[in-house]
Amino acid sequence: MTLPELLDDLFPAGHAVRREGDVLAGTGRAARGEVAVVGTADGAEIGVEAALALAGEVLRVVREAPGRPVLALVDTAGQRMSRRDELLGLNGYLGHLAACVELARRAGHRVIALVTGQAVSAGALALGFVADEVHALEGARVAVMSLPAMARVTKIPLERLEALSRGSPVLAPGLESYVRLGAIASVWRAPLAAALEAALARPAGPDARAALGAERGGRTLAREVARRVGGGTDAG
Amino acid sequence: MERLELELPSARSAAAGGAPVVVGVVASGNLEVLVERGGTPDRCRFEVSTSVHGFGAVWRAVLEDFAARRAVAGLAFSVNDAGATPAVVTLRLEQAAEEFLGAER
Amino acid sequence: MSPPGPPVPRRSYREASARRRLLGVLDPGSFEERLGPAERATSPHLAALGQPVAFDDGVAVGAGALGGRRVLAASQEGAFLGGGVGEVHGAKLAGLLAAALRERPEAVLLLLDTGGVRLQEANAGLVAVSEVMRGVLAARAEGIPVVALVGGGWGCFGGMGIVARCCDAVAMSEEGRLGLSGPDVIEETKGVEELDASDRGLVWRTYGGKHRYLLGEADRLVDDDLDAFRAAAIALAGARRPVDLATLSREHHVLAARLAAHGAAADAAAIWTALGVADPDALALLDADEFLRDVAGTRREAR
Repeated sequence: MTLPELLDDLFPAGHAVRREGDVLAGTGRAARGEVAVVGTADGAEIGVEAALALAGEVLRVVREAPGRPVLALVDTAGQRMSRRDELLGLNGYLGHLAACVELARRAGHRVIALVTGQAVSAGALALGFVADEVHALEGARVAVMSLPAMARVTKIPLERLEALSRGSPVLAPGLESYVRLGAIASVWRAPLAAALEAALARPAGPDARAALGAERGGRTLAREVARRVGGGTDAG
Repeated sequence: MERLELELPSARSAAAGGAPVVVGVVASGNLEVLVERGGTPDRCRFEVSTSVHGFGAVWRAVLEDFAARRAVAGLAFSVNDAGATPAVVTLRLEQAAEEFLGAER
Repeated sequence: MSPPGPPVPRRSYREASARRRLLGVLDPGSFEERLGPAERATSPHLAALGQPVAFDDGVAVGAGALGGRRVLAASQEGAFLGGGVGEVHGAKLAGLLAAALRERPEAVLLLLDTGGVRLQEANAGLVAVSEVMRGVLAARAEGIPVVALVGGGWGCFGGMGIVARCCDAVAMSEEGRLGLSGPDVIEETKGVEELDASDRGLVWRTYGGKHRYLLGEADRLVDDDLDAFRAAAIALAGARRPVDLATLSREHHVLAARLAAHGAAADAAAIWTALGVADPDALALLDADEFLRDVAGTRREAR
């Protein structure tokens, strides 16, 4: 699905999303009103410029469109790996982006993330997983890093990792794993506009992913461990 | 992982020991030892989990030596080992026992 | 990897274990651990891989006092799997941050020593880091300061490098390193011409405490000493970076200005010179006090 097709399917009533480099920004019209759209496309790597631009767009929405829901489209190969980005403090730029999304949520903007292509590592963290809910299109991919890279770093033979990852949502690359772990709430199928409306209609709540992971059997310990440390009934 | 469980006679320490203590760290060539009350009045207990297979006899020798030399009856030692040498194992066991028994003073 | 510079001081923060750091930073005798090693909350995923587990899954969390005020605190053990965050480890951190919302301590201290996601737990690790990030932002937004201390041997990288900068404040020693993709990862993916991970000086100029302090990515620069980190924690426990439009707009401006001013800089020395540092090469050899005096007049970004 191309970006125009995706936008048409999400916003059949119309949309005006511009693309500046790797960053998408604009609006789409849903049944309940305008929705801000922000995100990345074509598996772009996120460097300091893109992180700043994304954060700036989120701040602009908070400043100029009180209460407007935000749809974050996530399609990124992860952080740009360069000495320059590290020198400038890319982790700080991404932390700022995450804080801006938190601001939007607290200021009453419903934030829904939709993984349309890839969601890798830091890109997934700072743009996707800070949303109220994260959904994905069929065929989307979420990953920490590739299995061969993991094998190199952990010194566990690739064949062993591949064997173990079969049936293990903890190691198996792919969307299904993240659904089972509770990180991806659901996979959206056409018509996307209906899925978006349903998501926008749901009220925001605390981070329920550990509970979801427990219910789905992917993460059997996270909720319980957090509960034992926190002394309460659910995570914040 | 290879597991080993052993109960050994040992002399009883004057101190009863306090809160559980852990020493060491699970890193290559190292191990962590958790010590708490356990065993019986004249025996100590060891539970070892090690990533290096085939050294059961060496572990037995090290633990028997430790239990014979130190007064650690009534203590339970749990070990996560990542390939430490016998010398390092002994060092950690002694550190753990000393810290656990010394806590009351 | 050990840094260039003066020899290791007697009460080194870097050389101390995770628990020892907590004991050194918090008020004496005040630390009460939660879900400690005796509870054996270990990782089932490591066990499935036949890898050794740690009784506390590599992180100590609990409550204590800091200068007489009640705090919650966590300390990662970098020596265990590079401080990598797995399901249980991450849940201990997330649970602690959730507890902060309920118990409302004066601050939360995060003693970070980590390469980021624990790759052996891959997907669960990534989700765990994201829950920690949400937890930090929630605490910060509710007015509970979260202070990160970075001075361990593994630095603070990966998703946890982002988490560090989601905190209200960061204190670093020169020995500490803070970033997103570490030097080894950059070298492996982009080649040694992009970044030579064996060039210690380059690594410390890019990721180290002094550079981060000058850049405005760290709020405090201290010596590698438990007492120094304790003092920094006490000073920063009152820090607040509200999650509000005014604060984030101002920070946005600062980050944009940094990119405009230094986006074309070839290396840290160029940035330091642009900030007004007279002798960039001399900075590496100064201890914290000397360094702070030396750079007092520079155009360092302060938050």
